Amino acid sequence: MNLQLRYFRGNLLQWGTVFLTALVVVPLLIIILFIVVNGFSALNLDFFTQELGSPARAIQGTPTGLVASIVGTIIIDTIGLAIALPFGLATGILMSEFPEHPFASIARILVSTLNGMPAVLMGLMAYALVVKNTGGFSAFSGAVALSFIMIPIIARTTESVLRITPWVLREVGLSLGLPRWRVTFSLVIPAARAGIITGILIAFARAAGEAAPLLLTSFGNNYLTLDISEPMDSLPQRLYSLAISPYKQWHVLGWGGAIILLLFVIITFFIGKMVNKQLEKNSARLINIKQEEKGNE
Amino acid sequence: MSSPQDNVVSGKQVSQLPAIYRKPGDTVFKFLILFMSGVIIFLALGMGVILWIEGAPTFSKFGYWDFLVGTKWDPIAQIHGALPFIIGTFVTSLGAIILAIIPAIGVAIFVSEFAPKWLAELINYTVDLLAAIPSVVIGLWAIFNFAPVMREFLLDPIFLWAEENANWLLPFIGPNGPSTYNLFSATIILALMIVPYTVALARDAINLVPREQREAAWALGATRWEVLEMAVLPYATSGIIAGVLLSLARALGETMAVAMLIGNSNRLPLTLFGPAATMPSLIINEFREAVEEIHLTSLMAVGFYLFVITIVMNLLATYIQKRLIKGRTL
Repeated sequence: MNLQLRYFRGNLLQWGTVFLTALVVVPLLIIILFIVVNGFSALNLDFFTQELGSPARAIQGTPTGLVASIVGTIIIDTIGLAIALPFGLATGILMSEFPEHPFASIARILVSTLNGMPAVLMGLMAYALVVKNTGGFSAFSGAVALSFIMIPIIARTTESVLRITPWVLREVGLSLGLPRWRVTFSLVIPAARAGIITGILIAFARAAGEAAPLLLTSFGNNYLTLDISEPMDSLPQRLYSLAISPYKQWHVLGWGGAIILLLFVIITFFIGKMVNKQLEKNSARLINIKQEEKGNE
Repeated sequence: MSSPQDNVVSGKQVSQLPAIYRKPGDTVFKFLILFMSGVIIFLALGMGVILWIEGAPTFSKFGYWDFLVGTKWDPIAQIHGALPFIIGTFVTSLGAIILAIIPAIGVAIFVSEFAPKWLAELINYTVDLLAAIPSVVIGLWAIFNFAPVMREFLLDPIFLWAEENANWLLPFIGPNGPSTYNLFSATIILALMIVPYTVALARDAINLVPREQREAAWALGATRWEVLEMAVLPYATSGIIAGVLLSLARALGETMAVAMLIGNSNRLPLTLFGPAATMPSLIINEFREAVEEIHLTSLMAVGFYLFVITIVMNLLATYIQKRLIKGRTL
């Protein structure tokens, strides 16, 4: 093979990768385009203020909306986050602040395994633990299922953020005679605050998009309820029911729900990316400082 | 690390410290942290135990092996066998990973080797965003736009052509003609949904390749593509394999979009253009309507098998990755 042929072959394969990239990126843009176009035309005031009710209501043209699903999502997800937060943070702290503890490495493996677990299994578990023992589907059991999803995500992001916080910070604290818990809470966590909050936000967004566990636990409810011991509606689970329903009017509502869910996810996604970028910049600066110090020595 | 008191020489000084700074604080802290993170063990191992207990009546009625290979799932006759769903799960997941692997590696090579920085960043953002879109939203789009279009412009023409010219194809694609919601469309959507994971992991594997490795190939007079071929890809192979395994584990558990698209048929044999079902889609579809005790426990038992499969996949991939990182640092 002469050089020209080798270059030609390289260029050809390079354009092949360009083509493959387009193959992956274009469908995504198509999905977003369809959801935006169909979704925004489905939104109106009724969408945010009316209950869904029975199918007859939509067929007769009475205004219907997804207020029950939106309120339900907020309630279930917030309770889920409240349950998950202490456990997720504690696991993250264990993995980053007590790396010498034998349990830390076990926890790390378990966290990554749990992150890969299908959400539907979390739903089955919450069903077995909560729904069976409390005598019926309820919003609370849905919150428990979502907390199972959030805990490993919060743990993993907390760990990775705390780990890029420089050890110098901890050494300074300990040299002042502070106990370890004080170092963790007053020095390490405040320094990593932005990253931890982003991780929590990402966990929240992930859970907010999960339909499978909620179908098995909070079940769904066509009417607005604020009672967490009752079945309650949520957006992803309602999207599923709307999409597989035979009613045209409900399909339109489904598109409306999809755009809201998508907007929420995209906004959290970009907040997360921005904070990550900032953190990377900060840690790059710290590394630079360290290298300068070494240079001075 | 030692607790701060050890550093204080005089015992008197220690007692002068406020109580909150003395030893109990750290002991309580460590205990609390350990206690609360114990929930991780409970979640990971407890899940297996709970699903196993919940599925126990099914296992004792049909037996572990017979339930696994039972081909009949008939809730009314109270006969349950998981094989149609296990086959359905593996066919869709393997199909999806086969469809996804080449584009994913292509994207990973393009963004890490060829693309200018701004473009690479843009593509990384878009691909990551694809991973963040909820499954149910993609399912909704696929139900209303993708599946009907696929049927009209691809599946129906193929079926008509096969009917005229290639009868031997019919048993594979289904002799009764394509249905709108079928195995094939579900597999394509599943591939689209796991591509971001494969890309991210392949990208990481390629970025782990040390610069010296590339420079050596450049020095030998390799062209840009040959550098990739000689120095980068062989080095990244095991990382890419781990990434593919992890993506496969994702695909096995992917629930909503598949449940919405696959058509949900409990019967074997599977045909490419006909409806099928996977383990997660079965659970989603039947759990809410399960009345009989044995139906419910059978769904739990299917969940238990799904748990076992995913955990094995994940541990295997983690093991490969671990070995990979160890090999790099040596």
